[in-house]
Amino acid sequence: MQVDNVVCAFCGCVCDDISVTVEAGRITQAKNACVLGKAWFLSHGQPSDRPAAMIDGQPADLDKAVDTAARFLAQARYPLIYGLSSTSCEAQRQAVALAEVLGGCIDCCTSVCHGPSGMALQGIGEPTCTLGEVKNRADLVIYWGSNPAESHPRHMARYAVTTKGMFIPRGRKDRTVVLIDVRPTPSARAADLFFQVKPGKDFELLWALRALVKGQVLDEVGLVGTGMTLAQLTDLAERMKRCRFGVLFLGQGLTQSRGKHLNTSAAFLLVRDLNSVTKFALVPMRGHGNVTGVDNVLGWQTGYPFGVNFSRGYPRFNPGEFTVVDVLSRGEADAALIVASDPVASLPGKARQRLTEVPTIALDTHESETTRIARVAFTTSTAGIHVEGTVYRMDNVPLHLRKVLPSPYSSDEEVLGRLLARVKELKPC
Amino acid sequence: MPDGKLILITGRSTKQGTGISTGKELAEYQEATTILELSRADMARFGLHEGDTVKLWSRFGEATVKCRPEDLPDGMAFMAFGSTINQLVGNETYASGMPDTKGLAIELEKIPA
Amino acid sequence: MLRIVNGEVYDPINGINGEVRDICVQDGQIVADVDVTGGRTIDATGMVVMPGGVDMHCHIAGPKVNLARKMRPEDHRNDVMPRTPITRSGTGGSVPSTFTTGYRYAAMGYTTAFDAAVPPLAARHAHEEFNDTPVVDKGFFVLMGNNEFIMQRIAAKQHERARDYAAWLLQAAKGYAIKLVNPGGVELWKFGGNVHTLDDEVTGFGVTPRQIIQNLADVSKELGLPHPVHIHCNNLGIAGNWETTLETMKALDGRRAHLTHIQFHSYGGKPGGLFVSKAAELAEYVNAHSNLTVDVGQVMFGDTTSMTGDGPLGYLLYQVTGRKWANVDVETEEGCGIVPIEYKDKNHVHTTQWAIGLEWFLLINDPWRIALTTDHPNGASFMSYPRIIRLLMDREHRREMMKQVHPKALAKTHLPELDREYSLYEIAIITRAGPARLLGLKNKGHLGIGADADITIYDKDDDKEKMFACPRYVIKDGRILVEDGHLREDTYGRTFFVAPAYDPAIEADIREHFDKYYTIRFENYPVQLEHYLPRHQVVACSG
Repeated sequence: MQVDNVVCAFCGCVCDDISVTVEAGRITQAKNACVLGKAWFLSHGQPSDRPAAMIDGQPADLDKAVDTAARFLAQARYPLIYGLSSTSCEAQRQAVALAEVLGGCIDCCTSVCHGPSGMALQGIGEPTCTLGEVKNRADLVIYWGSNPAESHPRHMARYAVTTKGMFIPRGRKDRTVVLIDVRPTPSARAADLFFQVKPGKDFELLWALRALVKGQVLDEVGLVGTGMTLAQLTDLAERMKRCRFGVLFLGQGLTQSRGKHLNTSAAFLLVRDLNSVTKFALVPMRGHGNVTGVDNVLGWQTGYPFGVNFSRGYPRFNPGEFTVVDVLSRGEADAALIVASDPVASLPGKARQRLTEVPTIALDTHESETTRIARVAFTTSTAGIHVEGTVYRMDNVPLHLRKVLPSPYSSDEEVLGRLLARVKELKPC
Repeated sequence: MPDGKLILITGRSTKQGTGISTGKELAEYQEATTILELSRADMARFGLHEGDTVKLWSRFGEATVKCRPEDLPDGMAFMAFGSTINQLVGNETYASGMPDTKGLAIELEKIPA
Repeated sequence: MLRIVNGEVYDPINGINGEVRDICVQDGQIVADVDVTGGRTIDATGMVVMPGGVDMHCHIAGPKVNLARKMRPEDHRNDVMPRTPITRSGTGGSVPSTFTTGYRYAAMGYTTAFDAAVPPLAARHAHEEFNDTPVVDKGFFVLMGNNEFIMQRIAAKQHERARDYAAWLLQAAKGYAIKLVNPGGVELWKFGGNVHTLDDEVTGFGVTPRQIIQNLADVSKELGLPHPVHIHCNNLGIAGNWETTLETMKALDGRRAHLTHIQFHSYGGKPGGLFVSKAAELAEYVNAHSNLTVDVGQVMFGDTTSMTGDGPLGYLLYQVTGRKWANVDVETEEGCGIVPIEYKDKNHVHTTQWAIGLEWFLLINDPWRIALTTDHPNGASFMSYPRIIRLLMDREHRREMMKQVHPKALAKTHLPELDREYSLYEIAIITRAGPARLLGLKNKGHLGIGADADITIYDKDDDKEKMFACPRYVIKDGRILVEDGHLREDTYGRTFFVAPAYDPAIEADIREHFDKYYTIRFENYPVQLEHYLPRHQVVACSG
């Protein structure tokens, strides 16, 4: 059986043209999918003997597991809900409701990925566009601190580089592609201009570009050690001013390096300034699956995109105070609910250590380092494979996930809904 | 003993990305997330050959990994996201929520075979 | 079952002007009589009874609104809404979170709200937010004035194809009406340009704003949509724009149309200079042309957020105010701009804007053709409606307020001479009966037999702001939701949309358009009804 126009929810590209072949209950082909998408699709369908629920590593009755998990969460003074990237918006909404009833924190992968872009938005605003605008109009494309060949393999072909568009009839030939990174990645090969900059110098370079765009005179001396010369920056600034429609794709090279939100703020300011001479947009290269979805769900339900706390009965926001790495590494969280994420693998030292010290509940589609240390672990079905739902692309375009295979497991939405109901019984307010 | 200081960049890689789906316990993901990439000059400087084991330290922790040459600037190392890099990355986010995931100062020492 | 006895009823659609009479409710509808055994009787002696309020133009759901929320944490911090055993928590300010939005409309006696501008590519997002917006019945208008497919069809003189596409688009998005925002201008903004007159060519498409307006006004009529084309005219906010507005009215040439937030389009003066009010001139034209209806878009002093589908306007506001600015260009369809804005009572321009809105209210003769809006949150939050009502009903209060504004700016308007005071009956028209009728919602905005039992009951108060800010009871679909200021139940209303017929042959053209210019598949575009509109109602088209 072939299902067309299937949406891939692995990375922020959210390609929706995948043709999936299902044979004997397994996905055997995923046409059009990139290497990451193929791996994601094809890894589904193997019969699994993983129990739907486990308590302390032993198979358990689902109701009992829900009750045990709910008790851990309800008894905690400062529970944390985290993850939520690889799941549907429908599940994310349940998670927010649960965080509210618990009076705890809820954070998502944004805080360790593009939180700094969200913070730049709060300070400056954001001149941006949907990816189709890039396809149709962009004659100058800049990737800064991003390696799309490995993080978003179809990004260049589908949206930004080789694709033809309404005002870009020759595709690649009508575009200049610039890549700025600290090392020559496979993506650099696709660029017309590659600038290898020094680590930790993005802030200085972005401000230098801003100055050049505004016609200020700079001294070469100030650029020593950045990895770019004044001539290179001057040329780049000129290209940016002369283009018809430029796009700056920001990657984790900016958000995760020294400067973080100061880097992204500098990039946002640069793009904003460019709009006084030409048309320029920026798009954060958001990564994992539906991280943009949880960003949006938290946004509309609480007013804030990540790092939200409900201890006072209403949403509060503060990066550094309510964000996952801080809440865990300071030993504040005394229980955790991890949904569709593997923080024991992906978070640094003391943060993941805390997860092993407090009651942790995990929802995931497969075994992981996090499920292995969890007091209660639920095996759930995959949004976009086993269950329908909503996913948001990196540019906030919402798409509907299809169901391609049946699953014996409940969805994240269902399990979270049951946890919510049980916690409400335990914590009547 | 050569100066073992390096800047560590961590990030995504293809095999790390596919391994998330195919299985983090499998060899492909394990290898992808426990290999340190160094420039050829740095490999030579430390007397390293592809596949050698090295010990890494940061202010926050240590890890033991294999290494291989890659097209990198001298003084810079790369390793894909995973458990191993998180033994080295610290928890301080300077009130940003974001730890110092990229640009970490590390030291390296070859482990004799 | 519910019986409301002895209240002073204002039901203009049925000609009831303060008559003391009972209202009976059964199964969510108004009925002629009811046996309240097992139900409830509300003694409304000395109280005013009206249909639930209808906000026909606000910005409460979708990508633009959410970007504004995320952009403005400072807007929310000082205005929090803690959870209760019944209600979800949230944050307020000028761009409240979704739960807070619904609860606050309800607490103010409003039971229906329509979002004015959704780009259909993100319709799914608007529906998701609607599903988290409690109480109110809702719907949204679909942006089409810069839609590239439509512009291409108009240029090729294929009006019928444009019409089929518009019908397909309304169905795909599950939207309610056709919305034009700066027609043609937002397309040019995608390369940094704009239009300035109705006859400027939209470069690359061979159409003019005039053609877009006329064609889509005709399309709305031909499809028999319950609400006519809803127009945010070109040149919003620019000194001298009243001429564009007048040109637009003339271009409509007898076609039915609704011109929205007309206050922002009523400025005389020279570009770059101070605004002068041209409300009187434009109101005279509207008074004389019954095909036209307006809503005001009243400005009120204070801090708020401008959010508009008019991309170039957003950039202009950024240049003028220097405040943070977000812009989103949406492929092949539309755009938006967001900038925080503060209206100051001592500022010449802001005083003029404030006065112009009030002039419109006081100069339009037929209250059925003017609706009370603030273009929430662009002019002010919807929470300011009670304050506006007081300004309209209480001449003395208005005069007190006039003393606080910029005197020279005020003197240049007609406002000081306008003595008119609105009656309760007229307020009921501009806040419920009129908007319901303008939207074509036959069972809203009135208390006749068969109407949806959306009822607001107010304690009488000489201070009309106080009266309208805190209704005593708010009833939705026959259920008492708000009583003595407390929300008793957390419920969700219906989403209204239209599904006009179209020739399916258009789909092949649309599919080709998707392949060439979109980045999502044609098959994945339409909103899945069962999943995204769990409570919905299709409003019939008369075409």
